Amino acid sequence: MIRLEPRTNPSQAMIILTPILAVLATMVVGGILFVTLGKNPFEAIRMIFWDPLLGEHAFYYRGQILVKAAPLIMIALGLSFGFRAGIWNIGAEGQFIMGAVIGGATGLALYPLNSFIVFPLMIVMGALGGFLWAMIPAFLKIRFNANEILVSLMLVYVAFNFLIGMVTGPLRNPDGFNFPESRSFQDFPAAHNPELWAGTGIHLGVLSTLGFVILAYIMITRHIFGFNVRLAGQAPRAAKFAGVSPNKMIAICLGLSGALAGMAGLFEVTGPAGKLTTTFPLGYGFTAIIVAFLGRLHPIGILLAGLLMAVTYVGGDIIQSQLSLPKASIQVFQGMLLFFLLAVDVLVNFRLRISKRNSK
Amino acid sequence: MDISIVSLLATLIVAATPILLAATGELIVEKSGVLNLGVEGMMIIGAICGFIAAVNTDSPLIGFIVAALAGAALSLLFAVLTQYLLANQVASGLALTLFGLGLSALLGHRYSGIRPPSSPKMEWFGMAELPVVGPIFFNHDMMVYFSIFLVLMVWVFLKFTRGGLVLRAVGENHDAAHALGYKVIRIRILAIMFGGACAGMGGAYLSLVRVPQWTEGMTAGAGWIALAIVVFASWKPWRLILGAYLFGGVTILQLNLQANGFDMPVSYLSMAPYLVTIVVLVIMSSDRTRASLNAPASLGKIFHASS
Amino acid sequence: MKLLKTLMTGAALVVGLGGMAQAEDKTKVGFVYVGPVGDFGWSYEHNEGRKAVEEAFGDKVETMFVESVPEGADSERVMTQMALDGADLIFTTSFGYMDPTINVAKKFPNVKFEHATGYKQADNVSIYSARFYEGRSVIGHIAGHMTKSNTIGYIASFPIPEVIRGINAAYIAAKKVNPDVKLKIVWAYTWFDPAKEADAATALIEQGADIIMQHTDSPAAMTIAEEKGMYAFGQASDMKQFGPKARLSSIIDDWAPYYIARTQAVMDGTWESTSTWDGIKEGMVGIGDFSNDIPASVQASATALKEALMSGATHSFTGPVNKQDGSAWLASGETADDGTLAGMNFYVEGIEGEVPN
Repeated sequence: MIRLEPRTNPSQAMIILTPILAVLATMVVGGILFVTLGKNPFEAIRMIFWDPLLGEHAFYYRGQILVKAAPLIMIALGLSFGFRAGIWNIGAEGQFIMGAVIGGATGLALYPLNSFIVFPLMIVMGALGGFLWAMIPAFLKIRFNANEILVSLMLVYVAFNFLIGMVTGPLRNPDGFNFPESRSFQDFPAAHNPELWAGTGIHLGVLSTLGFVILAYIMITRHIFGFNVRLAGQAPRAAKFAGVSPNKMIAICLGLSGALAGMAGLFEVTGPAGKLTTTFPLGYGFTAIIVAFLGRLHPIGILLAGLLMAVTYVGGDIIQSQLSLPKASIQVFQGMLLFFLLAVDVLVNFRLRISKRNSK
Repeated sequence: MDISIVSLLATLIVAATPILLAATGELIVEKSGVLNLGVEGMMIIGAICGFIAAVNTDSPLIGFIVAALAGAALSLLFAVLTQYLLANQVASGLALTLFGLGLSALLGHRYSGIRPPSSPKMEWFGMAELPVVGPIFFNHDMMVYFSIFLVLMVWVFLKFTRGGLVLRAVGENHDAAHALGYKVIRIRILAIMFGGACAGMGGAYLSLVRVPQWTEGMTAGAGWIALAIVVFASWKPWRLILGAYLFGGVTILQLNLQANGFDMPVSYLSMAPYLVTIVVLVIMSSDRTRASLNAPASLGKIFHASS
Repeated sequence: MKLLKTLMTGAALVVGLGGMAQAEDKTKVGFVYVGPVGDFGWSYEHNEGRKAVEEAFGDKVETMFVESVPEGADSERVMTQMALDGADLIFTTSFGYMDPTINVAKKFPNVKFEHATGYKQADNVSIYSARFYEGRSVIGHIAGHMTKSNTIGYIASFPIPEVIRGINAAYIAAKKVNPDVKLKIVWAYTWFDPAKEADAATALIEQGADIIMQHTDSPAAMTIAEEKGMYAFGQASDMKQFGPKARLSSIIDDWAPYYIARTQAVMDGTWESTSTWDGIKEGMVGIGDFSNDIPASVQASATALKEALMSGATHSFTGPVNKQDGSAWLASGETADDGTLAGMNFYVEGIEGEVPN
């Protein structure tokens, strides 16, 4: 019989080992999946993991990995504080959209003003948009005890419909032949978020993300707020006695994650996406939740997890065009990766004990 | 402006059935203390598996049965992760959704563009001919009536049977239930599988009756709505019906208004169901005593028998 | 021994070079789709075009494709990927790929790009689209004859010129043969969402429509029409298997002739940046077979209309036609010019309701 025995201390070795174990397990089972689809598993796995990093065109792909990873990491950082404290913001996608819409609208309203103040203002408004959108579930939870998971989730759909209403109406590009999209930010240099060094994919969002990783690390390990968050998650009553106000915690955590998600949305829409359209939201708000967990809610872990997810996205495109595999195969692959990571995570806090049944 | 109320009501019942089925299953899961956010994944697996089975056997009934089994099988992954491997329930549920969406798309790759066998409407001794009540209540396919029957069964189970009592006990305080000798993990796994089966059937209803067709991602958020409806219903079975019909109704109403030339900004109309859900959620939750009496106290907490 | 080695090396070189030369000979064509190829609509038909290219050129061509590519950065990456992998010609099949196509084209001046339904050209970027509105005229003509309730239901996606053109063309043709006909329009705000399309079709039928037209991509509406015993027209693909009784006819996107021609041009070295807007005449817009339910006289007149559109004797938008607000648009005998059609954002007289925003 296999039993799980709690460890007295989380195993340091396992913390490092488990992600590697999970990736290996995914490669094996994923390989089997590719065989059933009639493809060479080694080729497929190589294309997913190796090519984007060190393959023939990796000089281009590496930049794309950063582009894909940056919003995931930025949102996940914000979410991690709330998740540690037991505050579940599932509506990051909605905050992402609202940040992009409000920040983007600010910029478009100033068109064609060519001033250095435009982009910083848009960033602030983007953060504000996401912040306010996250404040709705926060307020409703504090005041009415409404479940923040469901409120924030419903607001994702509201935000999405708001986006459609905006791009088919007030924010529609007047020079765009009536198509439901805003003016392209490429045509508006003061509001554009371009690659800073050609071919690297690094835009301001990427740099900001790196900065936030460092900030989050300092906060969670050294700042009193980080301590309070961890305390609130692990021992809520003790936290209360220590003077941590649960309402304040709710407001700050949701607000923080909303602001970061909104900023990520702004960077995304002014850079990689290029304009506000009905289809620019790609589910980063949901994928970031997974990244947050993969990274064990720790800033450095989130950084690595975000990069790993991004590699699977880029690699996924490669196997689609090179091996004619359907897009669904990479989704299954990503789901498997997550499952294995969650499964082997148990080894960090528990030890496997194989014992024979004693007959007494 | 003449909107046919009769056909509106009839259509909304059909629209609400998938989410009603999924929500009923999730209610049992949550009553046992587990929060399964993977409803969307289980629904869509049910949709494709049910579709494949129905097309290959030319029987929608077999389709629904297979869908239930498929949903239950997928939920088993979630059950193992959260109950044996003690993984975080929120993350595991989301992983289930992601995996389910991908797997269903992969399975269904060759099934796009096929018509499934149609589900016959039930004849209630000709009561469908009655004016007004006929088309609204008596002219539906079997699964609509089954979904209501399911709610009834769940209500009876929770309220009147010992099994229901045990389930609720596990959901309220799993440590106490364990101390009393109840097999918490086993009960939760059974509940999770039931939830998976119901979600699977709900998904199959979409692909076999409501649309009826298979397409990638066709659940389009129905799983999340089902989750909301469980809270909306304060974890009480009969309120599930109200919630599902309300939500389905607002969605259908918007389309009918448009078809009548009612000039409303479409996207704002589309927000209505979600906003209404939030408002009702707030109202339901703000009565703290009532809400706390109904939400299972151990909801979402990890249980590990340390004996 | 040394001689043998030299011979072997020489042979290897020849084989190697020969192999390389053969690789150089193959023309690589890439396709970027916005939806799944299984949608039985827009992306499905583009993929059929790709298959036709493979069939036409056999070993001389190698195609690759990626489906469900979101617009924006992802599409830029996919296009760049294809270019890096040696594509000579890339088809980007959605309006939203416009800026990404231009961006990538700048980085790869030797690769040719073909962008569907856009309006930005470059030295190595062509644009192409189809005069679907001609197809709408034909099915509008049939619908006008076949409707008994005088109500045609129209499931529209987004209020962009292409969709509004289709609505107007269908209405004008229907009204010509049936002055009492009315159009009920539902805006789905999506190109592809079978559940929503099914609901929209149901709502329209409940509101009295007995014929459904759609400008969305799935066969859901056809399936609902079949279930409720109404009529519908296939969109982008024939959709006969979804509505054996319901399908009256269809508008079929046929990209094969254009795709084969452009690939040939790349192979011959004669490719130039062009702007193509082809219709029934050039084979880009096909009309599906007529259902037996359509009376012989209507079949004959519909065929005549189709031939007239092909020969240019008739234009879908021929005056006298007024705008919805009553102001004059086309004088008697006058036809609409391509510029107005490209930016069309108004209904013609007789259509009820407003164009959203």
